[in-house]
Amino acid sequence: MRAVIAPAALIGVLLAAWEIGAHYAGVPEYLLPTPLAIGKALGASAPLLLASAWRTLAMALQALAVAAVAAIALALTVSLSQTLERAVRPIAVALQVTPVVAIAPLFVIWAGVDHPDRAIIALAAIVAFFPVFSGTARGLASADPDLERLFDLYGASPLQRLLRLRLPSALPFIVEGAKVASGLAIIGTVVAEWVAGSGGAQGLAWRILEAGNRLETAKMFAAILALALMAAAVHLVFLIVERRALVWWRGR
Amino acid sequence: MSLATLERVEVVYPGRGAALGPLDLSLRAGEIVALVGPSGCGKSTALRLLAGLEAPTRGEVRRLTARGETSVVFQSATLAPWLSARANVSLPLELAGVARGEARTRADGALGRVGLGAAADARPVQLSGGMAMRAALARALVTGPKLLLLDEPFAALDEITRRALADDLLAIWADTRPAIVFVTHNVEEAVYMAARVVVLTSGPGRVAGETRIDAELPRPPGFRATAPFREAAEKVSATLAGAMAA
Repeated sequence: MRAVIAPAALIGVLLAAWEIGAHYAGVPEYLLPTPLAIGKALGASAPLLLASAWRTLAMALQALAVAAVAAIALALTVSLSQTLERAVRPIAVALQVTPVVAIAPLFVIWAGVDHPDRAIIALAAIVAFFPVFSGTARGLASADPDLERLFDLYGASPLQRLLRLRLPSALPFIVEGAKVASGLAIIGTVVAEWVAGSGGAQGLAWRILEAGNRLETAKMFAAILALALMAAAVHLVFLIVERRALVWWRGR
Repeated sequence: MSLATLERVEVVYPGRGAALGPLDLSLRAGEIVALVGPSGCGKSTALRLLAGLEAPTRGEVRRLTARGETSVVFQSATLAPWLSARANVSLPLELAGVARGEARTRADGALGRVGLGAAADARPVQLSGGMAMRAALARALVTGPKLLLLDEPFAALDEITRRALADDLLAIWADTRPAIVFVTHNVEEAVYMAARVVVLTSGPGRVAGETRIDAELPRPPGFRATAPFREAAEKVSATLAGAMAA
């Protein structure tokens, strides 16, 4: 209980100070709306924000699925050969260190003005790809060396070694990579929506942009709040999934 | 008849220098041999040569065992954490193509022989150190090996557990009589379990001396209190002291 009460109390005190401070200092609404005004905006545009949050979430989850499938498949492939792994790694790293904002316009051109959602999913998938790839590759190499020796002794085939030793050894690393990737997929989606900059994909980033352009700052705050809540919810879900998976894996 | 022989084998690791040899060792079917020596003398390397997990730099390793007739137990139990004790033990059979049902039945038999019948469904994390070691032993026995190699199998266990495991291992040996080579730091354990104790010099390990213990195996109760046991232990200790000084 104390874990909930303490932060809730702090947030309450801060919001009250904000409300009172903004009121007495006479800060104009378009510069810093009060918490009550933000609450009102949130209530008024709740259906719209919910629909936009769903669009952003759906795109982020699709991007995560694409990234996870591609990353695990590629990590499994390169685990079969060190030469292949060495060949692929610099490309994967280059992909990871290139800011998504820089390549987004290119993808928007490729996907066509009519399909900004495709460009957004592709961009978010690129951002989410690396942690899953890196986690899977590290996990596949993390099998107990003595267990590897036993598999030598038993004359296991490369496929048996992959499916019965390396893949199960990698599971905790894969789940952790997916958890990190889920956060990145949301960030990637929002950044890509932003750069795509059209109303074609009406996600939360578009709501923030739209409200900003109209100087409806309270609405902007409401959209940011919705985004933060959605990202936190996704993070929580993946935390629970990770914990469950580890319990299953370890048996405790 | 020899089951396995090391002839003038030497192992040199690039960058780390000579690890073992030249070493000669011959092993008869059904024999129990203990390898004793200071840390870093290459005992574990010798074991890996016998297992065929490593090739010597020079010299020759002859093995009369077929694939699947050699089993190894390492210092730690090295069980797969995501598998139950039963699935861990049946793994060597399943990898060799034995049908899962039959493999699991034989695994239950092997777990029963090491006194773990009731823990077949437990995961490794739920087993104590001694129980995990027993599961590893069951995994080594399930294939019915002719050669059983143990690399300091009891080193991480407390004295009572290691004595109990030593007696159990000898009882199991009496059933199926595999040849056993085990590496240990513990002179008393070596003398208690082995028909032959081979002492190696500090690295690169060579044979510093060999002691035979003629008392019948498995050893009678109270063997540790008899004169032959104490004489053999003293002889091995003296050889070991000489080997470490050399």
